[in-house]
Amino acid sequence: MKSCLVVDDSKVIRRVARRILEEMNFEIREAADGKDALESCSEKMPDVVLLDWNMPVMDGLEFLKRVRALPNVRQPIVVFCTTENDMSHIRQAMEAGADEYIMKPFDREIIEAKFSQVGLM
Amino acid sequence: MRPEDFEFLSRMLKRRSGLTLNPDKVYLLESRLTPLARRRGLDGIDALVAELRRTNSETLAREITDAMTTNESFFFRDRTPFDIFERQVLPMLRQRRAAGKRVRIWCAACSTGQEPYSLAMILKNQEAQWRGWSIEIIGTDIARPVLKKAEAGLYSQFEVQRGLPIQMLMKYFTQVGDQWQLAPEIRSMVKFKEFNLLESFAPLGHFDVIYCRNVLIYFDQPTKKEVLERMRKIMPSDGVLFLGAAETVLGITDAFRPVRGQRGMYLPADAEETVVAAAGGA
Ligand SMILES: C[S@@+](CC[C@H](N)C(=O)[O-])C[C@H]1O[C@@H](n2cnc3c(N)ncnc32)[C@H](O)[C@@H]1O
Repeated sequence: MKSCLVVDDSKVIRRVARRILEEMNFEIREAADGKDALESCSEKMPDVVLLDWNMPVMDGLEFLKRVRALPNVRQPIVVFCTTENDMSHIRQAMEAGADEYIMKPFDREIIEAKFSQVGLM
Repeated sequence: MRPEDFEFLSRMLKRRSGLTLNPDKVYLLESRLTPLARRRGLDGIDALVAELRRTNSETLAREITDAMTTNESFFFRDRTPFDIFERQVLPMLRQRRAAGKRVRIWCAACSTGQEPYSLAMILKNQEAQWRGWSIEIIGTDIARPVLKKAEAGLYSQFEVQRGLPIQMLMKYFTQVGDQWQLAPEIRSMVKFKEFNLLESFAPLGHFDVIYCRNVLIYFDQPTKKEVLERMRKIMPSDGVLFLGAAETVLGITDAFRPVRGQRGMYLPADAEETVVAAAGGA
């Protein structure tokens, strides 16, 4: 079973994402911000991170940069999932090492399409 | 809905577009035609049928036919048929058409354009290898509204997230309000045309590759067979046909054969072994 870390400051969004991903047979962990997510990663690196952008304490982009800078770890696939839907945000995310990018609102179909894009299904 | 109205409409739809409706699909007629009736100031499907019977209007018959088409499509739908295009079909064509440097591709029920545009993006990505070639991509559909959308190349945020890799979005789209528009350089690679598959293919000419995906499912068996056999006649014996994931030639016609290991891909039954091998089905 592949593992997915869902990072979002909204509990509602985390719950929706969890439901979809569990149906897709992922084992889910949750984090409410980038710092929380980094800690979770240092305990156990997930196969994939579904990552919100705007969050308190540490935002998604900062989290991504820090993860990508970690030496000697098995790098996770990172899929942004955010309301930021303009080209400059998309470019910034991809340049920082994201693998795919979902613009909210999302549904099961979009998550499946994007996850299969990055070879997760 | 009255049985004689159902009979009347389903006969008309079958004749105009090939759509085969069983009586268990009454709900489909109702859900798609009620909005059309309302737009015309009529209070429902019964009134719409009465109007059609009374006026025998071609415009109305056409609007009903268009409204009954299922237009769902997305970029790189099912992926495999596009991977095969890139990895097997294009290298094969580059070799076998090297003398004339001319390739013609037909998306035979292209709906809102995602299918031909996916092919165009693949070709654009390897543009350098095709300098000096003439490559035509023609997208046709029976329904006018979808062709209009295809030509505009404007898609919703939802549509650009189903199947389109983010790199392709960054490379070939610009944001227009809350929509995304394909770059003119991709749009200009595809020609769109209104065309009914029940009519003669003669005006279209010949094609090396035909994508006929997710449209035969709406036809009855004899119509499927007839359309496929006419397609065979407008392609060379080293041409390639793609059908949708729920479609096949097996049990319908011997004009084409599937290619082992390449889902959705079909070759003329009389294709040479070298072609079959190049297609990956050795
Ligand atoms: C589900 S879409 C398929 C779009 C695309 N090929 C794909 O696979 O994503 C089916 C399309 O077939 C078109 N269609 C139905 N009957 C047709 C006919 N007789 N001639 C041409 N197009 C037809 C419909 O208008 C509709 O846009």
